[in-house]
Amino acid sequence: MSEPLLKVKDLKKHFAIRGGVLSRVVDHVHAVDGVSLEVAQGETLGVVGESGCGKSTTGRCILRLIEPTSGEIWFQGQDVRKMDGEKLRALRRDMQIIFQDPYASLNPRLTVASIIGEALQIHNLAKTNKDIEARVVELLETVGLRPEYMHRYPHEFSGGQRQRIGIARALAVEPKLIVCDEPVSALDVSVQAQVINLLEDLQEKFGLTYLFIAHDLSVVEHISDRVAVMYLGRVVEISSAKDMYANPKHPYTEALLSAVPIPDPKAKRKRIVLQGDVPNPIRPPSGCHFHTRCPIAVERCSRDVPHLKETTPGHWVSCHLRS
Amino acid sequence: MAGSTPASLSAEAPAQSAPAQPVRRFSPAADAWRRFRRHRLAFVSLCVLTTLILAVIFGPLIWRVPINEIDFGSKLEGPTFVHPLGTDDLGQDLLARLLYGGRISLAVGLAAMSVAVTVGVLVGALAGMSSGRVDAFLMWVTDLFLSLPQLPLLLLVIYLFRDKLKTIIGPEGGTFVLVIAIIGGLRWMPVARLVRAQFLSLREKEFVEAARALGASKLRQVVRHILPNALGPVIVAGTIDVAAAILAESTLSFLGLGFPPDTPTWGRVLFDAKDYLDIAPHWALFPGAAIFLAVLAINFIGDGLRDALDPRRVIG
Repeated sequence: MSEPLLKVKDLKKHFAIRGGVLSRVVDHVHAVDGVSLEVAQGETLGVVGESGCGKSTTGRCILRLIEPTSGEIWFQGQDVRKMDGEKLRALRRDMQIIFQDPYASLNPRLTVASIIGEALQIHNLAKTNKDIEARVVELLETVGLRPEYMHRYPHEFSGGQRQRIGIARALAVEPKLIVCDEPVSALDVSVQAQVINLLEDLQEKFGLTYLFIAHDLSVVEHISDRVAVMYLGRVVEISSAKDMYANPKHPYTEALLSAVPIPDPKAKRKRIVLQGDVPNPIRPPSGCHFHTRCPIAVERCSRDVPHLKETTPGHWVSCHLRS
Repeated sequence: MAGSTPASLSAEAPAQSAPAQPVRRFSPAADAWRRFRRHRLAFVSLCVLTTLILAVIFGPLIWRVPINEIDFGSKLEGPTFVHPLGTDDLGQDLLARLLYGGRISLAVGLAAMSVAVTVGVLVGALAGMSSGRVDAFLMWVTDLFLSLPQLPLLLLVIYLFRDKLKTIIGPEGGTFVLVIAIIGGLRWMPVARLVRAQFLSLREKEFVEAARALGASKLRQVVRHILPNALGPVIVAGTIDVAAAILAESTLSFLGLGFPPDTPTWGRVLFDAKDYLDIAPHWALFPGAAIFLAVLAINFIGDGLRDALDPRRVIG
């Protein structure tokens, strides 16, 4: 693998909790607690994990929509965390985001044309109003919407159509990397398929790289080249999608995958049911974050923090016992 | 595609088949005006307010009875042909007085509201966008203003600045500026709090985040994305402020702090009439009705404006 497009090293984001009379910092939520990953040019890295495990925060940190607490983010060999002003604006052209909620992510008071056209105005990608309009038409056609719709408002569209508008907005600046923050979770299953197919087509057409955040395991398996599994702010396993689904190594991944429904009522398999809930990210467990719920945990797991180790080529696991 | 039902289309093209639909193109302003006209109460109110404003501007040019012609022979008369709205205790013509005073009352109301809303939006927006110390400081100032005892402050301001302003702008203009500054300056706090609260919730919305991800500057985020979505409650608060300002002006006049006591602003006339309520109810009724009409019209216009500026609203 050549130099990756995006490289994240030991990324941390701790949200301060303020309290008391003087609203001092009394504690921290360890939303992202040391995430490392690499995304190669043109590939799709799926990121899965249950709610609150820090998937979205990781995505937003990479885009600098949230300032990370510590760690490194390298994009095309440049240190994203050190960028500011004009350089950061230039970075915004290369990295874009598609949001989960197609209802909240479009300004209800702007027409589709102004929503998509704004990206062009900010980066001076089109000179005259006519150029902007022409480009908006082109973008709408790219995402499969009729150009006549450009003067309508977001509330006149269905969820799937709105998501397409959001995609067109992200595409307007011709980005290299798109962080897809659960782009299909809020949609009907049939519409999900359409949007995923659209994303795949666009990837092929424009050579896009996706960081695809989701909690639907079958969606991730379908679209991803590689998959990273997150638990409580850390990546516990990362490998190619095929390898991950055929041969999960980490006990958490095993449990997750055993919960995927199989559309065959006769098929029998062992379900691993985890006990208890996800621990509070304000005070994450010592050692391996997963040891409180792990079926195979030993004494060492509560003491030492495991690190990602390569077990078989391209398959990294963060577990004392499985790697 | 048929799933989206553009409410505003229903009137123009109910029977048209989808592919033949003409491209709908209106500028946002024209669109808002279209929606505003559908709001019947607001549209009627706009007509009423326009009539009131035209009347106070051109009325004194047509109804040429002097406002201070004392005629004890016809004092406290009800409406007659000579005095269509009756007379007061000095026999002065009420119609002439109300037409003249309405200029001041409406001007004070609208101008004080603009001051209050402008200051409130600026402070609220600044506090809502900046977090930490600036926000805390601005809210501290807002609370300070809210807790100030208003009357002593009024006295102080008037004594300090009235004469200076009068020498600079002239007696009438000086008083006008002072009254507006005082009323506006003591009424911006609720607007500031409202705007701040709206900003705090709106700036975390995903469409603002999307603008940030596109590299939009802070100013652009505010002007294009946050402020337009925060305006609804502000407009309503602003229209209520107009009413309050018209009444506040009469309080000031009563205290001898506003316009000279013989200036027949609506509030002042109403105040003078209160001792004669059982003998000459018409005296209080007409200025009261004028204030009531103006305030009600402005409130409805505010309502209509809020709805018209929101493309999501369906107005049948």
